[in-house]
Amino acid sequence: MLDIYDLYKKMESNKILLSFKGAITSELLTSILQIVETRMEELQDSNKERKKVFNVLVEILQNLYHHIDDFEVEGPVEEVNNIKSSIFMISRLTDEYKIVTGNYLLTENVVKLKSRIDHINSLDRDGLKLLYKETLNNGEISLKGGGGLGFIDIARKSGQKLDYNFINIDEKYSFFTLIVRIEKVNKVK
Amino acid sequence: MEELKIEGSAKTPTIEFNASGDLLLKGRSIPENSIEFYKPILDWIENYGDSPKDKTVVNVQLEYFNTSSSKCILDVFKKLETLSGTDIEINWYYEEDDEDMLEAGEDYQAIIDIPFKMIEVEEL
Repeated sequence: MLDIYDLYKKMESNKILLSFKGAITSELLTSILQIVETRMEELQDSNKERKKVFNVLVEILQNLYHHIDDFEVEGPVEEVNNIKSSIFMISRLTDEYKIVTGNYLLTENVVKLKSRIDHINSLDRDGLKLLYKETLNNGEISLKGGGGLGFIDIARKSGQKLDYNFINIDEKYSFFTLIVRIEKVNKVK
Repeated sequence: MEELKIEGSAKTPTIEFNASGDLLLKGRSIPENSIEFYKPILDWIENYGDSPKDKTVVNVQLEYFNTSSSKCILDVFKKLETLSGTDIEINWYYEEDDEDMLEAGEDYQAIIDIPFKMIEVEEL
């Protein structure tokens, strides 16, 4: 049986502001954003910090939201729900905000995603700016509107390399973990 | 020509497009799917292009926008670029410590052939 106090202590020691496991819906996304925004205001983080975190959070959560439609799952409802679920947590540490997400993806898509993130991580500030502008202006419009800008924007705004990990579950599925850090700035104001 | 007015929400911006040539985009643009939201805006600009005023001023006062909106905002600017017979000016507002928003404006400025004015304000 799950030891809830143990889980509580783990969340406490990791300074978790908010955590969620399940399918990300539009309504839930709105709520998470509102809660985190209010919490950051209460904690009196600087305007600049709050904006960065909010911006990055929007992209991360919307990535998870859109990812649900990326593959078809067949089978019992419970299994489908499980595969389409994500985990999300945001920690407010002494010198940084840390956002961690996890979701299943098709193993066949791992190589493509990995090389995309590696490419983004290989670029410096100017390189990211260029890639962003090229991707923005390439005329391709996806139905979701973003057209592959999400990860580039997360890397640009966070100013840090994207930390990730893939766990091979079985032939069909792998589990993708993304860790995004946003450095806290001095509270000048 | 009627004005286009859309009230802002937690995820979508306030739109006030007047046939007098005064166009305002203000607030947050972070919907999951932006294309639907921006469709009437693009349509309005197309109609406005039939008989535009001598001067068209676009005020962009965004607090946040997501990457899903960024392509749509580019489409809005590209649509404006096609208008003839009007002097267009885009005023891009950003809060004083928001370098990301300034940089986002500069990205558009580099792509779009319309004069941009970057305007720093204390609060949007």
